[in-house]
Amino acid sequence: MKIQSVKDLEQISQLYGKKLYAPEGIKVNVGMASCGIAAGAQAAYDKALEAYPDGKGVAICQTGCIGFCEEEPLVEILSLGKPRVIYHHVTEDKIVDVIASYQAGEFNKKQIMGQMRDPRSVLEDGVENPLADVTPIDGIPVFEDNPFYSSQVKVAMRNCGYIDPDSIEEYIARRGYVAFLNALQDMQPAEIIEVIKASGLRGRGGGGFPTGIKWATCAKHKGQRAIICNADEGDPGAYMDRSILEGDPHSVLEGMLIAAVAIGSSNGYIYVRNEYPLAVKRLLTAIRQAEEYGLLGDNIAGSDFSFHIKISTGAGAFVCGESTALMASLEGKVGRPRAKYVHTVEKGFRNQPSNLNNVETYANVPAIMLKGASWFAGMGTEHSKGTKVFSLVGKIKNTGLVEVPMGISLRDIVFTIGGGVPKKKVFKAVQTGGPSGGCIPERFLDLPVDYQKLTEVGAIMGSGGMIVMDQDTCMVDVARYFVDFLKEESCGQCNPCREGLKQMLEILTRICDGEGREGDIELLEEVGSMMQKFSLCGLGTSAPNPVLTTILYFRDEYEAHIRDKKCPSGVCKNLFHYEIDPEACTGCRMCFRKCPQEAISGEKKKAHSIDQQLCIKCGICYDVCKFNAVTIR
Amino acid sequence: MSVAQTAETEAIDYSELNRIIEEDYGNDQENLIMILQAIQRKYNYLPGAALNYLSTKIGIPLSRIYEVATFYSTFSLQPRGRNIISICLGTACHVRGAERVKERITENLHIADGETSEDMRFTLESVRCIGCCSLGPVVKINEDTYGRIAPDEVDKILDQYE
Repeated sequence: MKIQSVKDLEQISQLYGKKLYAPEGIKVNVGMASCGIAAGAQAAYDKALEAYPDGKGVAICQTGCIGFCEEEPLVEILSLGKPRVIYHHVTEDKIVDVIASYQAGEFNKKQIMGQMRDPRSVLEDGVENPLADVTPIDGIPVFEDNPFYSSQVKVAMRNCGYIDPDSIEEYIARRGYVAFLNALQDMQPAEIIEVIKASGLRGRGGGGFPTGIKWATCAKHKGQRAIICNADEGDPGAYMDRSILEGDPHSVLEGMLIAAVAIGSSNGYIYVRNEYPLAVKRLLTAIRQAEEYGLLGDNIAGSDFSFHIKISTGAGAFVCGESTALMASLEGKVGRPRAKYVHTVEKGFRNQPSNLNNVETYANVPAIMLKGASWFAGMGTEHSKGTKVFSLVGKIKNTGLVEVPMGISLRDIVFTIGGGVPKKKVFKAVQTGGPSGGCIPERFLDLPVDYQKLTEVGAIMGSGGMIVMDQDTCMVDVARYFVDFLKEESCGQCNPCREGLKQMLEILTRICDGEGREGDIELLEEVGSMMQKFSLCGLGTSAPNPVLTTILYFRDEYEAHIRDKKCPSGVCKNLFHYEIDPEACTGCRMCFRKCPQEAISGEKKKAHSIDQQLCIKCGICYDVCKFNAVTIR
Repeated sequence: MSVAQTAETEAIDYSELNRIIEEDYGNDQENLIMILQAIQRKYNYLPGAALNYLSTKIGIPLSRIYEVATFYSTFSLQPRGRNIISICLGTACHVRGAERVKERITENLHIADGETSEDMRFTLESVRCIGCCSLGPVVKINEDTYGRIAPDEVDKILDQYE
């Protein structure tokens, strides 16, 4: 069937909406994004399929990532007129039992994370809540009340974890492709651009450039315009784009289609990083389905508008996240950036006008078009509108993806949503914006999340990675880590970046090795400021950020390394040793058993000690001790 | 190892190579990176003879193919081991102790980052974030992902691979 109008979409929506929200039998949704699969979701899914082959009234389905990564594998079970229940840690040995207990109407509190009370997306205001008449289960927490979830507003991730990413019908059932057909059939290109401009949407990939202005500029330049999606999510610790591509690929395709109508283009490209094979697979399926329904291809919905999308994969180069490098890579060349005297909206891919946005930016577009610019602009701060997805990782209790309105404080994200630092350790810093970002200390935690505010403290919004660090994280080592990363990833064509990173790494390495000298801190600052001023592309100009912010906020740690030859966090091996506190040691022998060097001795129930000659500082004893008796000196 | 040397040691299936270049990727120069990936999937590395052939077939000088193959970190010009260990050194894994896991692997197998063990059993490669940050530290062996690995669990995991 080729879709011609919004009416056609509504027909599909009615048919599949029932299957999606109120299935006759039992529907089991297994969270099957990469992280869920790594945690055991594939094995659980296979096991369930084996136990319930088709026709027994139990449908085993897949869905994307609902965001609560810490609790994976997550499985959701629903049925017409019955509660909708989310089970956590459902591994292959548990899934059959979980399904059977749901069928029997028995709800084991331990297995359940919560019951969902409203599965509708932000686009479904007018739709009746399918769970409105369902009586909730007593004593089972409501999923929407979970502090991890309650402050979130899912716009870009509206469908992740709610639909089968391999089903275009389920995407349509949640008002998918309506915004595109409206734009194509009822709007002038300039009107579309005005809506995006008025919404205040800014690029979610790092730069934060206003999307509407970019579209308008690209539309002004004549030629074979290209619509490009940057899915080269290279920042370590950020994985929201992977999650959107794996959980809701059609939202990105629809965003690109709307951009294509607005800008006037028939060629789309998605550049996906090589490390995301599942995202590529789901995108290819999504593209094939959209073509079958006539939503991609020639003469879409009987109009003279045609649009084709090609998937290209990267091959492991961080710098290809930079727009000009990405476009060179799309052309099959090495990904070296060029100076942007001429912007890519004028001359980019194949020297033609090119509009590049990232995955999350495109995923926001259909929602803005459907709900209007003022709805989107109603969320956030003066200069930062809408919501932003953050990946909350590192030393944090509730690791996961969270989508929150701009303007929320870092403290709310880290402590209310994230649950704070685990194991009663002390929070030290949160690193935002990937290798080009900065480390923000405790005293700035009340800062609202906003492009400007983060820049003022030396960090950036970036792509939204938030890496939480605790007392056991050495800030000098973190700076060294990022510089080492960037040195490997620098394309090497401009001097400031290539040589600057090499020199900074040498200095940081000697500080971490205990050979730091007086004046090294000032030298780092000088090299850093030179790189900021003279590097060719964004990689080089932002590369010193982690070093400069750690110096700014954690200078005492640098000084401890250089002057006292101590690493207070116990990371830099030459600068500390482990000791067992005889007062705290209970003689439980845990460390004794785990030490790979047999460096620990002592009698049962008496204080143990470490032979410093044998100790390789692997830290296993420090990790396993339940009494905090192993200390860093 | 020079390109010519590699050429002598690997038997190349040219009809398969033709199929990849022509049918899968339309003999299009813009698809060079993806063609190289397909070749590497088949041979586990990029054999010199295959690159020579590709160069003539697609009309890109060998020097430029070599430039691309050495610029991107996923490509290997040398044969790799039967099992590829990818250790994630992304930031989330780093702060959760990935470096210590890597040290343990290096000690056990006597191979550094990017090296292959003498018996061709393992190649160790570090990667920058595979997007499974909640499971850090993460090690991927071939297609299997292991999360929340402690250094003392490394031996047991490696033993499963021949």
